[in-house]
Amino acid sequence: MMSQAKSANASKRPLTYQEVWGRIGIYTFLGLLALFFLLPLYVMLVTSFKSMDEVRLGLIFSLPQHFSLDAWVKAWTSACTGLDCTGLQVGFGNSVKILVPSVVFSILFGALNGYALSFWKVKGANVLFACLLLGSFVPYQVFIYPLVRFYAQTGIYGSLPAIVITHIIFGMPVMTLLFRNYYSGLPVELFKAARIDGAGFWKIFISIVLPMSVPIAIVAVIMQVTAIWNDFLLGLVFAGRDNLPMTVQLNNIVNTTTGERAYNVNMAATVLTSLVPLTVYLVSGRWFVRGIASGAVKG
Amino acid sequence: MSSVSLQNLEISYGNVAIVKSLDLTIQDGEFLVLLGPSGCGKSTLLSAIGGLVDVSGGRILFNDKDVTWADPKDRGIGMVFQSYALYPTMSVERNLSFGLRIAGIDRATIDKKVKWAAELLQITHLLDRKPSALSGGQRQRVAIGRALVRDADIFLFDEPLSNLDAKLRAELRLEIKKLHKTLKSTMIYVTHDQIEALTLADRIAVMKDGIIQQLDTPLNVYNKPANEFVGSFLGSPAMNKVEGQLVADGDRLVFTAGDFRLDASHYPFAQKVEGGRKAVLGLRPEHILPAKGDAQAIEGKVSLIEPMGSSILAWSNFDGVSLSHLVGQDDGCEADRTFPVTIDVQKASFFDVETGWRL
Repeated sequence: MMSQAKSANASKRPLTYQEVWGRIGIYTFLGLLALFFLLPLYVMLVTSFKSMDEVRLGLIFSLPQHFSLDAWVKAWTSACTGLDCTGLQVGFGNSVKILVPSVVFSILFGALNGYALSFWKVKGANVLFACLLLGSFVPYQVFIYPLVRFYAQTGIYGSLPAIVITHIIFGMPVMTLLFRNYYSGLPVELFKAARIDGAGFWKIFISIVLPMSVPIAIVAVIMQVTAIWNDFLLGLVFAGRDNLPMTVQLNNIVNTTTGERAYNVNMAATVLTSLVPLTVYLVSGRWFVRGIASGAVKG
Repeated sequence: MSSVSLQNLEISYGNVAIVKSLDLTIQDGEFLVLLGPSGCGKSTLLSAIGGLVDVSGGRILFNDKDVTWADPKDRGIGMVFQSYALYPTMSVERNLSFGLRIAGIDRATIDKKVKWAAELLQITHLLDRKPSALSGGQRQRVAIGRALVRDADIFLFDEPLSNLDAKLRAELRLEIKKLHKTLKSTMIYVTHDQIEALTLADRIAVMKDGIIQQLDTPLNVYNKPANEFVGSFLGSPAMNKVEGQLVADGDRLVFTAGDFRLDASHYPFAQKVEGGRKAVLGLRPEHILPAKGDAQAIEGKVSLIEPMGSSILAWSNFDGVSLSHLVGQDDGCEADRTFPVTIDVQKASFFDVETGWRL
């Protein structure tokens, strides 16, 4: 790859006058677009470092005159949702408690489904797969009332298991699709060889298929962490008062209707809430792109 | 040690019959090659013998024991695939020992077997590497090793050399032949490469459309093809085919195609053939020899020559029939000149025009 790029560079023909202007135009346009999309983040960050007196001046683009972390501390430890003034840390903890089991199990089940569908030619596998796919197109809202009734009947409504199970179920179609497509790119001989070696369904899955799934599993982690962390609706409906995720709590903080709106605290709280998916994107952008192009990529 | 017997075997995918009522017996210690063009069902047949594809009819017997529905691991087979199918996340050592570890064999025995197989295949120095750090030839050696350590009675090879370049292919071909000599196991080998088939096999089964066309020794399959398909599938450069008629001329039979005439009285016909029968003459290029002052020599006008290193393939026109024939480098054969040849009719083949079967 490197040597290719080098040799291409060495024999590169000089750009013509028109092409130079073309490049300048393209990069100017891209730069402006990038600035435009970065603007909200900039406003949020500078506002969160200002005191309320400074915010009231209304100069939203100006840098803070007196740099202060008070808004961040307040957002994390003592912002009020209703009568409860313990800050976002509670919501953060809840979100982590929801996130970890949901991500782990939805990915494991997705991998297992994908493996079974692509290697073991089960009778009716295609029908099964079509049903799963259909599931990913049905809007969430349709499921909410039946699920509420179901959880209420089984007595787990408004609890941690309820929200985790919900996330696992809703994550399954996409995860299955992702892993099935990845596995269908693997040579089927591998699986045949393992069967001759005497490996059964689970042995092949654990010893051969799972170790080969690292690239796609990373993609799956990114997708699930982002989706589950950002979820608002399911958390609000199923998690119950004690387990409300960070997004719901953020909404409660920002949307208080009494007293003065603490814009600096709101901004800090918003940035804090989006920190997890933001970090995931920044750390694993390369993998994420690969995941979008998955199917074309073989490990 | 095992013999294999397939009885009235049928394999189909959905409504498509891949293999049709096939009977085949493979002797203990025999090297049988299934040869045929792609899509002829040879790989499917091999998979069925290995238990990886369900049969839709008939029986498979190993040593007179019915294994038609036995699990692949219980059949005592080792299989080598075209795509190597090595476990990519495991080292060579773990690839070799995977099956033994599953079987719960003790560590000392596993080490001994892996060492034995690695030495036999000269891959001892590669044991710690991952498959991705190996060349194609090395990978296929490891894949063969994986079949070896299982103490298989029957080895199944599914086009094992097709992914390798010509030089490596010849090298590993020899290796497999040596292996067969050493182990004396029953081996079933699928290929579309006639050279592999001719060099390796004790017997070749030539397949087309799920049916065995001819099952015989390599020499017989090459020299006495059972039908037109077998004749043209084997041999490189390819067999010449001329459509014409066998005519009675006094008490002899003569093959005629337009002005072209060939005395067929010395041809060993398998059945009685009447004069006037339409037939296809199959002539291998090496059976048309440069005439060295022979009386029955016929003159041809050379239209094209293709030097092939050890010999030259010439395309000549004999009384309106174009035939390719092999000439030596020093025989003085040049394009646009005439060149005298004799045709060895005893080694030729005549096929029925309608059925294509050998006369």
